[in-house]
Amino acid sequence: MAGELDVIIKKYKAGKREELIPLLQELQVSCGYLSEEAIVKVGSHLGLSTTKIYGLATFYDQFRFIPSGKIHIRICHGTSCFMNGSQAVVEKFREELKITPGQTTRNGNFSYEIVSCMGGCYHGPVILINGEYHVRISPEQVPDLIAKMKYILEND
Amino acid sequence: MEDLRTFLIDKVLLFESDTLPASTEKELQQIRRERTEVPVIQVSSNTGSIIAGAEKTFDAVRSYLAGAEPEAVVLKVGCAGPANYEPLVCIQMPGKNRLFFRNITEEKVEPLLDGVFHNDINEDDLVGQTGSKGFELWPGIQFVNELPFFAGQKRIILGNCGCYDPESIGEYVARGGYRSYVKTIRHYTFEEVCNIVEASGLRGRSGGGYLTGLKWKRALNTTSSSRYMICNAKESDPGSFSDRTILESDPHRLIEGLAIASYAIGASTGIIYLRSGTDHARKRLMRAIDMARDYGLIGHNIYSSGYNLDIVVRTEPGAFVCGEETALISSLEGRRGMPQLKPPYPTTSGLAGKPTVINNVETLMNIPLIMQNGPEWFRSIGTQNSPGTKVFAIAGKGRLSGVIEVEMGTTLRTILETIADGIRDGREFKAIQLGGASGSFITSGDLDTPVDFDLMKEKGFAMGAGGFVIIDESMCMVDMVRYYMEFIRNESCGKCIPCREGTGRMLEILESVIKKPANEDSGTTLERFKGVMQLENISTVMKDTSLCGLGQTAPNPFVTALRNFRDEFEEHIFDRKCRANVCRGLRTFSINVEKCTGCTVCAGKCPVNAIYGTRLQPYFIVEDKCTGCGKCYDVCKFSAVVVK
Repeated sequence: MAGELDVIIKKYKAGKREELIPLLQELQVSCGYLSEEAIVKVGSHLGLSTTKIYGLATFYDQFRFIPSGKIHIRICHGTSCFMNGSQAVVEKFREELKITPGQTTRNGNFSYEIVSCMGGCYHGPVILINGEYHVRISPEQVPDLIAKMKYILEND
Repeated sequence: MEDLRTFLIDKVLLFESDTLPASTEKELQQIRRERTEVPVIQVSSNTGSIIAGAEKTFDAVRSYLAGAEPEAVVLKVGCAGPANYEPLVCIQMPGKNRLFFRNITEEKVEPLLDGVFHNDINEDDLVGQTGSKGFELWPGIQFVNELPFFAGQKRIILGNCGCYDPESIGEYVARGGYRSYVKTIRHYTFEEVCNIVEASGLRGRSGGGYLTGLKWKRALNTTSSSRYMICNAKESDPGSFSDRTILESDPHRLIEGLAIASYAIGASTGIIYLRSGTDHARKRLMRAIDMARDYGLIGHNIYSSGYNLDIVVRTEPGAFVCGEETALISSLEGRRGMPQLKPPYPTTSGLAGKPTVINNVETLMNIPLIMQNGPEWFRSIGTQNSPGTKVFAIAGKGRLSGVIEVEMGTTLRTILETIADGIRDGREFKAIQLGGASGSFITSGDLDTPVDFDLMKEKGFAMGAGGFVIIDESMCMVDMVRYYMEFIRNESCGKCIPCREGTGRMLEILESVIKKPANEDSGTTLERFKGVMQLENISTVMKDTSLCGLGQTAPNPFVTALRNFRDEFEEHIFDRKCRANVCRGLRTFSINVEKCTGCTVCAGKCPVNAIYGTRLQPYFIVEDKCTGCGKCYDVCKFSAVVVK
C-alpha cells in the first residue's frame, strides 16, 4: 500500500501546488479514500502543510477520508430525479442502512452518496450501484435491492 | 489504418482549396459510411443511453451479427434524439435511407433485426427515416426531421451528435472536421481570427452574454509572454446535461473549437475543466485528444505553421461554485475554489497571473463553424443582437425530454409545446425553471418571450447553462424553492457573509413554512410569520452585496416563485395546506371507516404510535400525534388511508 502511494506521488512534480488536486484525485481513485498517511506524504512531497491539504480536501465534495463500502451507491438528486421522488429514496436508504450520505456501515459493506445529476433525467430516480445503473427506483424497491446486494456479498 | 491517416492529412486537411476534388469526396463518403456495401447499425451510447440499457443492446446486436448473414457493421454513436427514445438504434441498409428505432432494449434486438433484414418493419418502435438524394426511400415512413421534435429545432452545434462514432477521428475529418483549424493556423493571424469571431457577433453562452471576440482581444492585447485558454465544461446544475451530451457525442469539434480559440489569443495551453463524475465523457475526450495528437493536430509546430499547442484535461473536485471564473482558476492553482473580487478580470490576470480566457463548451462549439462558413453566415441565424442558436436540456414533466438546439428568437412556448410536446399524463402546466439552480420560474404569461440575451434580461430571466425544467401541477412550488435553496446552501463556498448566512437563513425559513403545524406552540408560529416577512428583505441584501454570481442569483427561484405563486405560499403559511400534497409536513391523514378491515398493518408501521384501534375493527389516526410521514398511506392495501 505504502509503495503504491509513493509510485503515484512520484509521478507529480515536487513542490508544485497546482499538482495538488490532480494528485489527490488519483490517490482517491486508486485507494478509494484519502488516508492520513497519504496526506502526510503528499504534504512532504509538495512542500505544503498537512492542515492546508486537509483544508482544501474538505472544501471539495469529491474527497473522502474514510474507505468507501464494498458496495458504493450513488443516488442522483438532480432536479428531475427530485421531481420523481428521489428524496424519499434517499431517506429510505438512510433508514435501511442506518448511515448518512458519505458514511460507511460499520462492517464496511455499504456506503452511499448523493450526486447532483447523472444525466438520466427521463429515467429518474436513478441510482448507480458499483458502476451499474438502476432506473425508476421507488422507495419500496430499496429493501429488496439491499437484500440482493447482501446476498451477493455473502456468496462471493 | 496508416493509409487512412496519410490520406486524410495529405488530401483533406492540407488541401488548400475549400472544395475538394470529386475523387476525394467519393472516398470520404465511404469513410462517412454513406455508401456502404453492408448494413450499418448504430447504437447510441452516451450516459443517458447507457442508463437506459444501451450497452446491453450493443452486445445483443453484436452477438446477433456474429453468426448472421448478411454481414453488417455495428457502431457506437452519440446521442441524436430525445432521452425518452433511448436506447436509440439507427439502421442503414445499403443504398437505402436510414431508419431510426426507439427504446430498443436487449430483448427487442433480435425481432427488430430479423424484421429489417427481411423488409418487414415493426412500426411500433419506428421513429422515422432520414436520408439524402440518391438513396432509396422507405415507402410510407415519416421523415425524422418532419417530426415536431426535430422540425422545431435548428441543429448546428448538435449537427454531428449521433451521426458519427465519437471515437473515430477519421469520420470527423471526413465530415469536414479540423479543416478550418488547419486553415486558421496556416493562413490567419491572431487578430484576424479575433476579428472574424467578433464580426460574427457570437456571445458567450453562459451568464452575461459577453461578446466572445471582444473577450479574446482583451487577452490578446496584453503584453504577457504566455496566455491560457480554458474551456469551462463544469456543468453541475442539477438537471442540466447538455455539455455532457456534447462531450460524449462530438468531442472532436470541442477540441477543434478550443484549439482555434487558443490560437486566436496566442495561448499554447488549452485546458478543459471537466465536471467530476463524468467518467464516460472524460474517457471519450481523452481518447479524442490522443487521436488528435496522433494526427499531429496538437503538439509542436503543427503542420509547419510554427504554432505549438497542448491540451490538458483537468477534473473539477466537486464544488458547484467552481463554475465561476475566478473560483475555477483558484481550484486549478490548487487552492480552495473561492471567487475573487473582479477586476482584475481573468483576461488580464488569470491562471498563474497570466491572461486567461474562459469560454464554455457551447460557445467553443460554434467556433469551427464560424471559421468554416464565415461571420455573415452566423449572423444570418438567430436575432439581430443574439445571433446563432441556443442549446437547452429539457427535463422534468414534458412528454419528451433531451438535449435540443433552437434558433435564437424561438419562443419558450414553441420549445414547450412543439418540441417537448406539452405535459405528460394530461396534467396542467405550472412553470418552467430556466437556467439551473439559480434560475427563474417562468409561468404561462411569459411563455411568449423569445430566446434572446437582451429580451430575456429585460424580463429578468437568465438562460444560464440551458437547463429547461418543466414543472406541472403535481409539484409544490414551495418545495421546489426549498430544494434549490438547499442545493445552493450546500454549495455556498462560505467566503462572503451575505451568501453564507443568507442561504442558510432562507432555507431555515422555507423549512419552517412546510413543517407540521401540530407540534408547534405560539412562539414558533410567530417566528414563522416574522421569518417569511423577512425573506424578501434577505433576497434583496444577498442580491446587492454577495461577492459572486452564486450568491447574487441564489434568491432568484424564491423571488420569481413568490411573484408568480404568491397564493401557494400563502396557503402554506396561513392555511397550512399544500395543494399538490407534496409537503409531507403539511399532510393530514385519516382512515376511511368503510374501507378499513382492521388488519393492523398501519398501526404496526406508524413510527409515532398515532394509530389506534381494535383488531378487525376500523382503526383511527390521532391527528395531534401524526407527523405526516405517510407510512400508513404507503402500506395500506385497501386504500383506506386518505390524504387531506
